[in-house]
Amino acid sequence: MPKREDIKSVLVIGSGPIVIGQACEFDYSGTQACRVLREEGIRVILINSNPATIMTDPDFADATYIEPITPEVIEAILAKERPNAILPTLGGQTALNAAMALHARGSLEKYNVELIGANVAAINAGEDRQAFKQLVLAAGADVAKSAIARSMEDCLQAAEMLGYPLVVRPSFTMGGLGSGIAYDEKDLRRIGGAGIQASPTSEVLLEESILGWKEFELEMMRDTNDNTVVVCSIENFDPVGVHTGDSITVAPALTLTDREYQNMRDVGIEIIRAVGVDTGGCNIQFAVDPADGRLVVIEMNPRVSRSSALASKATGFPIAKIAAKLAIGYTLDEIPNDITGVTPASFEPSLDYVVVKVPRFAFEKFPAADTTLTTTMKSVGEAMAIGRTFSQALQKALRSLEKRGSSFHFGNESRSVEELLSLMSRSTDERVVQVQQALYKGASADQVFEATKIDPWFIDQIVLINEIAAFVKSAPELDRKTLKKAKEHGFSDDQIAELRGLTEIQVRELRHQLGLRPVYKTVDTCAGEFPALTPYHYSSYEQRSEVVPTDRKKIVILGSGPNRIGQGIEFDYSCVHAAFALGDAGYETIMINCNPETVSTDYDTSDRLYFEPLTLEDVLEVIHAESQSGELLGVIVQLGGQTALGLAKGLEAAGVPILGTTPENIDRAEERGQFQEILNAAGLRAPANGMATNLDEAVTAAQRIGYPVLVRPSFVLGGRGMEIVYDEAGLDGYFERIAQHALVDPEHPLLVDRFLDDAIEIDIDAIYDGQQLYVGGIMEHIEEAGIHSGDSSCTLPPITLSDSQIHRVAEATERIAKGLNVRGLLNVQFALAADVLYVLEANPRASRTVPFVSKALGITLAKAAALVMAGTTIAEIVGAGGLPSVDGKDLPAGTPISVKEAVLPFKRFATSDGRFVDSLLGPEMRSTGEVMGIDSDFPTAFAKSQAAAGSALPISGTVFVSVADRDKPQALLPVRRLAQLGYRILATSGTAKLLARHGIKAEAVVKHSEATSGVRSIVDMITDNEVDVVVNTPSGANARVDGYEIRAATTAADKPIFTTVAQLSAAIGSFEVVREGAFRVKSLQEHALDRKNLIHG
Amino acid sequence: MHEAFLVMENGEIFEGESLGTLGKTLGELVFSTGMTGYQETLTDPSYAGQIVLQTAPHIGIVGMNQRDEESDRIWVAGYIVKEPSRISSNFRAETTLEFELEKSGVVGISNVDTRAITLIIRNAGAMRAGIFSGPAVSSEAQMLAEVREAPEMKGRQLSNLVTTPNKYSIPATGPKLGTVAILDLGIKRSTLEHLSQRGLEISVYPASVSADELLSNSPNGVFFSNGPGDPQASDGQVALLQDVLRAGTPFFGICFGNQLLGRALGFETYKLPFGHRGINQPVLRRDNQRVEVTAHNHGFAVRVDGDEALSPAGFGRVAVSHRALNDQVVEGLQCLDIPAFAVQYHPEAAAGPHDSHHLFDKFINMIKG
Repeated sequence: MPKREDIKSVLVIGSGPIVIGQACEFDYSGTQACRVLREEGIRVILINSNPATIMTDPDFADATYIEPITPEVIEAILAKERPNAILPTLGGQTALNAAMALHARGSLEKYNVELIGANVAAINAGEDRQAFKQLVLAAGADVAKSAIARSMEDCLQAAEMLGYPLVVRPSFTMGGLGSGIAYDEKDLRRIGGAGIQASPTSEVLLEESILGWKEFELEMMRDTNDNTVVVCSIENFDPVGVHTGDSITVAPALTLTDREYQNMRDVGIEIIRAVGVDTGGCNIQFAVDPADGRLVVIEMNPRVSRSSALASKATGFPIAKIAAKLAIGYTLDEIPNDITGVTPASFEPSLDYVVVKVPRFAFEKFPAADTTLTTTMKSVGEAMAIGRTFSQALQKALRSLEKRGSSFHFGNESRSVEELLSLMSRSTDERVVQVQQALYKGASADQVFEATKIDPWFIDQIVLINEIAAFVKSAPELDRKTLKKAKEHGFSDDQIAELRGLTEIQVRELRHQLGLRPVYKTVDTCAGEFPALTPYHYSSYEQRSEVVPTDRKKIVILGSGPNRIGQGIEFDYSCVHAAFALGDAGYETIMINCNPETVSTDYDTSDRLYFEPLTLEDVLEVIHAESQSGELLGVIVQLGGQTALGLAKGLEAAGVPILGTTPENIDRAEERGQFQEILNAAGLRAPANGMATNLDEAVTAAQRIGYPVLVRPSFVLGGRGMEIVYDEAGLDGYFERIAQHALVDPEHPLLVDRFLDDAIEIDIDAIYDGQQLYVGGIMEHIEEAGIHSGDSSCTLPPITLSDSQIHRVAEATERIAKGLNVRGLLNVQFALAADVLYVLEANPRASRTVPFVSKALGITLAKAAALVMAGTTIAEIVGAGGLPSVDGKDLPAGTPISVKEAVLPFKRFATSDGRFVDSLLGPEMRSTGEVMGIDSDFPTAFAKSQAAAGSALPISGTVFVSVADRDKPQALLPVRRLAQLGYRILATSGTAKLLARHGIKAEAVVKHSEATSGVRSIVDMITDNEVDVVVNTPSGANARVDGYEIRAATTAADKPIFTTVAQLSAAIGSFEVVREGAFRVKSLQEHALDRKNLIHG
Repeated sequence: MHEAFLVMENGEIFEGESLGTLGKTLGELVFSTGMTGYQETLTDPSYAGQIVLQTAPHIGIVGMNQRDEESDRIWVAGYIVKEPSRISSNFRAETTLEFELEKSGVVGISNVDTRAITLIIRNAGAMRAGIFSGPAVSSEAQMLAEVREAPEMKGRQLSNLVTTPNKYSIPATGPKLGTVAILDLGIKRSTLEHLSQRGLEISVYPASVSADELLSNSPNGVFFSNGPGDPQASDGQVALLQDVLRAGTPFFGICFGNQLLGRALGFETYKLPFGHRGINQPVLRRDNQRVEVTAHNHGFAVRVDGDEALSPAGFGRVAVSHRALNDQVVEGLQCLDIPAFAVQYHPEAAAGPHDSHHLFDKFINMIKG
């Protein structure tokens, strides 16, 4: 069936901020969808609150709304734009839930707009667990026995029937939020209670345990003609019990006979039909009892999912792109397969390689959190690797994680086999290495199977890897044959060096002398059956390479690897922009990255894509291969975050040209002494500071500088290990905490800075070409200094800085740019205290705020930076219209205000006794994502940012106030205003008394620690949804426990919380705004027109 | 583990490790892209005379079991695998791949660049090749000479090699609907199961059977199976099929059976460059414009100009019922004036998707009239 002619315009709903369970894979899918729809001549209207996405680039839609994804806002867009259809299946659970809310409000009918890609009935059938089970049974397939519970009584009754352990899954939550495994009644009371709370429909599903079964997933697509294909089968390395997002997963499925696999496929097709997914993608999860092959269906997602992004990268079959085409009426056989160009999309990809995905966790950011992996997803990112064999792919994937200890190692293991076996029986992020270590130390495969239920074949593959390690270790000589064997099984030069007592460089030199280098194969969807047009490559140690020589000048862009807290989609955004800009400028762009969620690893983004680990070895080999087939100008390292930056020195040492700021200058910015010299030369001031490589030195430094001090290890991103320390005891504790992470050593000293109280923190993103500084944007943090810039909210343009202050910031930045001889991007953080400007740090690289600045001001900063690195001047770029002539320090009055707000994952992390971790902000970054609110004034922009971050300010209700003594004076004014606006004020007795003296009526409530039996404390009230907003600033150690209880309860209840007075003061105007009614919406394209008029008219 | 060599007709030589039995084997080198079902592939008689390369890198993980055998022996002339599994991991596994290959005397090779070899075949076409291991290894020139002396697949008649020596019968499962006479040109067990499960009592005849004998018990339908070899070399079976068609007995053919139907109707067959061998092949059903994902294993195809033609042999109008969407090859023939149809691909799958099982129902309906 050809394209539907009745669809002229489509509203695409994005997935909002990056959160655990919903990351940049939805930017990848959404970007593809927008592209496809526009190519088809359809007017695309987009809503997404996340500015760090490629899809919200104004080029990708006709009208781009960076607005909160709430039913009210979407309705305003529907009223304004009147699209024919809404495509809700490419924006994750967020978009699907928004669509359901629109349906419930009657907005779809009111605006006569059709849902395409999935209808309401299908969404319900897929999401309502009970309905889904009935449907599976009706389709002749099997499910785990289960019962629905709406109360604790229901839960306990069901448990009697099903027995323990049992699985608890709340309905309509994403990423398995709130689900878990109950081993006894106590667990059930805890998990079941929380689950009922977490579910928007207040219901949970209790299920017979299928723990230890094998888990599989099918990625499927169906068109309006009922053609259905399986794009990819995925097998979990971890048996059932670990959320698939937290599992190591493998594509294709490897341990099924054809009979079992085809049966699974038949069931999948029956289900997709029965659910009524008319067009588009869906994924279905299955469990197989390894003892007898009994197949049960676990769940389905009637939309594009995280797994679909993985499946797309794993197979080369672009699921989201095809889903968008199917949604507007095409059938699979009418859509060509991009990779072959000649065959249709109505086929099932065949893989002649193995793909392994490994999750990346951030438990080190939440020390109190329970690291046990369960059915609630906890990972923050993932790396994918492609190998010609499983062993190769697994080892590549593990080293792609770039995390100490994540790869298999062969040195001393202090833990005994028994200890390791006992540890691995609990699934954690360290399990796969524990398995390898236990086997290396002599555990049998059977013992490991008993402890983990991991399929014996996977265990044998790790045995094989260990055998190869032993072979390499004991080989009389490291000859070509031995090295080749190791390489075929994915060993890195580094691992071989460890086995042979050599250095990585020695192994590499030897390997090159022996002429042993990888070849590059192509991902082609068809196992070689048809020629591939798309150069999407991975390495393997075999005979023939498929890299086609070219005569264009090449530039390599290093991506940022797996998402982690502090390094995520924002860096991918810059890499993608560089690829676009350099591609447009006529260069051949080569991307190296290993993150399957990203747009940078879409084969459409660059001229060539290498899906490889971002280690020095793997990158050098790609560069070698590319240098053999044409002229390589250099490598861009400053866009891919710390990952790419960390490779700069090694690349330079190997003779690879680095484009942009030199590695030496990048180092000078990081190295305290040298940076101080640059500041001195520029006449700039830094807070008093020192360095230390151990506790004693740190104490001495701190005494000299004066407490409080801000301590942080050098060369880390996202404020890893960064803390504010108030006294010597604090320093003691700090060194204890970081000891095991090996963050500080003589080569990487600890930086100790005077912490500036009551300072305003300022961030600037700029470009320097050697002649001219171009200010992208200057941002003012809303929280005071001391909270990591990634976690704080900020406003652009600044709202309290004067023009002269702004110009001082720009001038200081220019002097630093000169001092560091920057070519490309520069981010500087300043603190303004008592009108003195202090330089906190300077980073000659892409910062996390580049996309926010770009969206807020409608400029393409990363593109310009890439061109500068390749040698174009800023004047030339401005001349060609690539940047506006007026830069970010001279924004005209009337420029809209944009507020960036961080989104935090506290709700994902529970302590081992099931409570939420503390939600306090500090100098170590903990947020996973960000949103932007844009409007003509700050209060509205701030209110939008809060709504977009999921904690919309209530228009009435109860506010609980508990502030530290030092904050009390500043808190009076905002609290008074809240009371005037009609909010009911609750406060702890001390605060209430103070408020009363100032004539502010506040009801005193009992602290958690003061509560006696029969008296309800504030924590109980928050838990029971009697409080709508919480203001709680942290105070001394005594009150800390109470503070923690309050913040944890607030997090659990999903209510807005203010932990600084600055934030509250900023929000006061916003409370007024939300009481005035619904937000007005304006697209980025309209903002751009306004800006043009401001500048020219 | 011994060294082993894959020597290709065009002079390409790959060194790897021995798999299965040591020795020498010669045959036509083809690749199969199925990611599951290696056991079904190994035991599929259509692969007789062929050295099969599996593009999927890990083969042998689920072991071998009797239930999944498509015939009672392994038929491939040689086997090429990137990495054979060291263990079997499946509750139905009874023996291992390695054991069965050795037991059947199959000479194979592993740890070679299977993708590079696949691309050579894709670009140059299926060709003769040999695997040499252990004592059979000699100089490259010598091995290459042996490969070039081997018979070519074009013009090769292999039906007599794979067919049953004697007629045998299989009762219908459940209530009997009718009888079917099957010409065994290399039939797969799944095909027999599909027919018997649908109530047909089956008589299986050797490839050399006469028309009189085949039709002696007035079967309600006649079925020609899949099988190896060049249809051009099977004049006897073509004449036999023409007799069947003239008798007006409902006819269904699969794969080689489709090629023979094509020839019986008077169309030509031709050799594809490297054939279709995989279980992911999209086929368009022209009657309802729907796509089925199907199992393929054919190196030859029927040539028909246009979507409908008159049978040059006088059997009336013939429609191309199915086409491969990848390359538009004819994948099915439907006679419009006589009760006969055939498909080039494998509706019985095994290995492969079950999208086309309905064709067996179609045959039953044709028999029921």
